[in-house]
Amino acid sequence: MTANKPHPVDTAPPPIVLETRKLSRRFGGIVATDQVSLALAAGARHALIGPNGAGKTTLINLLTGVLAPSAGTIHLDGEDITRTAQHRRVERGLVRTFQSNQLFTGLTPLASLALAVTQTLGDGSRWWRPLGRTRHAVDDQCAGLLEQFHLLDVMNRPLEELAYGQRRLLEIALAFACRPRVLLLDEPAAGVPGGERRQIFDVIQALPATVTIVLIEHDMDLVFNFARTASVLVNGAVLVDGPVDEVASDPRVREVYLGQGPLNG
Amino acid sequence: MKPEPTTTAVQRTTSALAAAARWRWWEGALFLIAIASWFLAPRHALLLNEIAILALFALSLDLILGYAGIVSLGHAAFFGLGAYAAALFAKHVLPDPLVGLAFAVLVSTLVGLATSPLVLRGSDLTRLMVTLGIASIFYELANRLDWLTGGADGLQGVIIGSLPGGFEFDLFGRTAYAYSLIALLVALVLCRRLVKSPLGVSLEALRDNPLRAASLGIPVRARLVTVYAISAGLAGAAGALLAQTSGFASLDVLDFHRSADVLLVLVIGGAGWLYGGLIGAIVFKLMHDLISAWTPQYWTFWIGLFLVVLVLVGRDRLVRPWRWFSK
Repeated sequence: MTANKPHPVDTAPPPIVLETRKLSRRFGGIVATDQVSLALAAGARHALIGPNGAGKTTLINLLTGVLAPSAGTIHLDGEDITRTAQHRRVERGLVRTFQSNQLFTGLTPLASLALAVTQTLGDGSRWWRPLGRTRHAVDDQCAGLLEQFHLLDVMNRPLEELAYGQRRLLEIALAFACRPRVLLLDEPAAGVPGGERRQIFDVIQALPATVTIVLIEHDMDLVFNFARTASVLVNGAVLVDGPVDEVASDPRVREVYLGQGPLNG
Repeated sequence: MKPEPTTTAVQRTTSALAAAARWRWWEGALFLIAIASWFLAPRHALLLNEIAILALFALSLDLILGYAGIVSLGHAAFFGLGAYAAALFAKHVLPDPLVGLAFAVLVSTLVGLATSPLVLRGSDLTRLMVTLGIASIFYELANRLDWLTGGADGLQGVIIGSLPGGFEFDLFGRTAYAYSLIALLVALVLCRRLVKSPLGVSLEALRDNPLRAASLGIPVRARLVTVYAISAGLAGAAGALLAQTSGFASLDVLDFHRSADVLLVLVIGGAGWLYGGLIGAIVFKLMHDLISAWTPQYWTFWIGLFLVVLVLVGRDRLVRPWRWFSK
């Protein structure tokens, strides 16, 4: 179950970056994740789709270490990270965004971003130099992120003064500040109106091709525009896994989405 | 990888980051007033000494409560530990106050480190109960180990040596206040560096949202352990100052009322902006002094009333009454 198309020129397939083997998670009697085995190659653009309650967010929580699995293993670059602490996974390049904004109410956008950048540069536990004055790279990276995410003009505002769309951009900018190698996007454009959705996906598309991206998204147009491979989760288990066009034309998937119209329509 | 930021964007970011850590004029004024008080109010040195010690104690609580969001109802455990450590050190080892202070800070930091796993987990209520419990244990230990601590009689006959330069502690508290004030101001400068640094800002981040802090790669547990140990050390320093400037340590330094008072002081002055402990200590001690001169028995009635008004009306509106009628 590799989730990448064979590259047209290069014959050697890109290495598997993130892999799960029979990953399961039970909450009491409910199986939220059911023996999920996925393998994502470097540079994959993978969509995780499925009806509400299918266990998509639970899977992300397992991958990032927010939840511990009941069974199964997770591998990053071939190394078992099933028991690795959340922040250590981030240090190794496994970064996520949240479906509902998870921001710092007491920090300005600039302070949040500077903190994330500083932590990623390895200066997070320094206590003598002020934040942002540990290296010049912090200024440059913050400025780049603020500009890219259109947050430069509100960088010093308290969080509560930011419009929802701006908070959403900050949510994603924070993940970008961690310099991800594998980026897990949990409905990045959730609640964002049409025009601004485009903005968010433009910056995601602009990520280098080497970054592996997993996207949870309900908007099938966006999914088909962006992803090359997809997995369909139903009741915590993988129903179908493969290239997007195959997934879209699979009769079982159509059945799951029955009443929602044709998938690529 | 990313489009290079424009020069103006970098300049704006740089100046905004620099501005965040810059000293404000009122901070300088506060430091000047504090120093001036030693020269201008020599007759009140004893009271001012108490204020400085309480301010330092409240500053230590501010680090964990205001910045890291750890509530505590037992911070007197570290205050008392510092007091006994300093008193015992002076009595049995060396009367030098600075070495004794360093020893007290070391002891309370280590005990803070050792007890930190207990406050890492759980809700605010759990933390309140655990800290309260730890402080009760320390109180009872000091009570029982009377061969060491003097038990209920306290540790008598502690002689503290002179400060560098030959300054002896005097009856009027002039030396004592200078000593405590310098310790407080040094602690304020150090804490200011800390809270403006990446480490300090990460505390605010994990206070607001530990889940997101961890998903930015911040080691939440390690940060909490660090700040708890630092806070315990500062509280120990405050306790040591009290023992050294009064030449005495009794069970009172571990009493529950100290934990409650310091929380009150911080609420009065406001948590999470570094100077809340100082302002709160001034207000609290002056109110205590003035009200108990007028009605010695019932001063807690007035401080209680003040607290209720403060919390209900809100500090912001109390300090700026002209904004009562604006929305």
